[in-house]
Amino acid sequence: MKPMLAVLRREIAGYFATPVAYVFIVVFLFTAGIFTFYLGQFFERGQADLKAFFLFHPWLYLFFLPAIAMRLWAEERKAGTIELLLTLPIPLWAAVAGKFLAAWAFAGIALALTFPLWLTVNWLGSPDNGVILAGYIGSLLMAGAYLAIGSCMSAVTKNQVIAFVVAVLVCFIFTVAGAPMVLSFFQGWAPALVVDTIASFSFLGHFNAITEGVIDLRDLVFFISLIVVWLYATAVVVDFKKAG
Amino acid sequence: MIDIKNLVKQFGPFTAVDHISFHVAKGEVLGFLGPNGAGKSTTMKMLCGFLSPTSGSIAVCGHDVEADPLAAKSCIGYLPEGAPSYADMTARGFLDFVADVRNMSGKDRDWRLDKVIDQVNIKDVLDQPIDTLSKGYKRRVGLAQAILHDPPVLVLDEPTDGLDPNQKHEVRGLIQAMARDKAIIISTHILEEVEAVCSRAIVIARGRIVVEGRPEGSAGWRIGDILAAPGKLDAAFRQVTQARAA
Repeated sequence: MKPMLAVLRREIAGYFATPVAYVFIVVFLFTAGIFTFYLGQFFERGQADLKAFFLFHPWLYLFFLPAIAMRLWAEERKAGTIELLLTLPIPLWAAVAGKFLAAWAFAGIALALTFPLWLTVNWLGSPDNGVILAGYIGSLLMAGAYLAIGSCMSAVTKNQVIAFVVAVLVCFIFTVAGAPMVLSFFQGWAPALVVDTIASFSFLGHFNAITEGVIDLRDLVFFISLIVVWLYATAVVVDFKKAG
Repeated sequence: MIDIKNLVKQFGPFTAVDHISFHVAKGEVLGFLGPNGAGKSTTMKMLCGFLSPTSGSIAVCGHDVEADPLAAKSCIGYLPEGAPSYADMTARGFLDFVADVRNMSGKDRDWRLDKVIDQVNIKDVLDQPIDTLSKGYKRRVGLAQAILHDPPVLVLDEPTDGLDPNQKHEVRGLIQAMARDKAIIISTHILEEVEAVCSRAIVIARGRIVVEGRPEGSAGWRIGDILAAPGKLDAAFRQVTQARAA
């Protein structure tokens, strides 16, 4: 446990070692605000809830989270420190988990800093805070899934830019899997089972269900198992790639 | 302390390490010599558990590196080639991190940190980011990281590369001082270093052990059949590596 916490601490410190973390958080909050108030028409809707805010999270995360995850392994490979890390007495899973948890904690900090919106909506009206809490939990879980994908893509290459681009692409596929545009492409010829399977991998579908205030076990299991699978894939890729 | 048997490493069709076997006992400093690309670093990477061997076995302090990697890694201090370290951390933060991962705690940890910082003489730069340090200091931070937990086995890949003559002298002194109760392997291109610190040497070329060498008192070093006078080691090195490679 201690070695994993050491990796986690080191990674978090790594985020805040440069101004990048602060710039990132500011830009994230700013963008989230614009989306909520302009695209989401927070005021015009005249309702005391944060739907307008959560609605855009998948699209925000699509670009912001791969940017957080891209350095996790690519940087280690590029600097050669991966050789140092993996010859220390730390199990590979602990290194993978430590790094992922650091990125997830960072995303959690950024998400938590959106609390003025929650204050605003509570000041303007009396929203159902249970629904809002569900929204935050769902958002955090979804962020974890995006980051786990990003972590795996970061392990594939030593170039952070490539890691970012590929991660955005894979995340995009998972985000829109359930959109009518994608499904209609398959509906013409693929069996219903295939179409349903594709649709069930949609981040949007699972996330929207949670933001309605219904924390269904299936949605939780979906995001958590997705995180586990992608972290496992990260470990496999790291192990496989270190020879090259 | 280090027992390597029939070690083979293949990268696709290329055989980087080809049936290497050797043993290093406590108190020995083994010099690992050979031209670039001979398989020195690959062997060291396998010894330290970074790469998996294609076949063969490695035991460190009785722990098989493949079967029980964590126990083996706990016994090893390793300075990888080029002494990589986290550029954004300070030297102190970096050593703290390594101490945490190595599960060191309490008084022992503080004492070891103080001692190592003193041994490699990096007190003046402890709070600077490693990024901003000179090559010599970076190398010393890497060395500090390797000896931090007072490991019984020390694997140093080109430990004096990039150091000035005074620093080389200091590092060699440090290795000699630690030699008595450790098994040490150093790879190097600098043959005077072999004469200065090693108690035995292995020359490898194209993944195989070509010859072994040991000092013969004041007569110099015996490399295979050749007796090299003090300071004349590089002629002998050229002779054995080029003859076998041709």
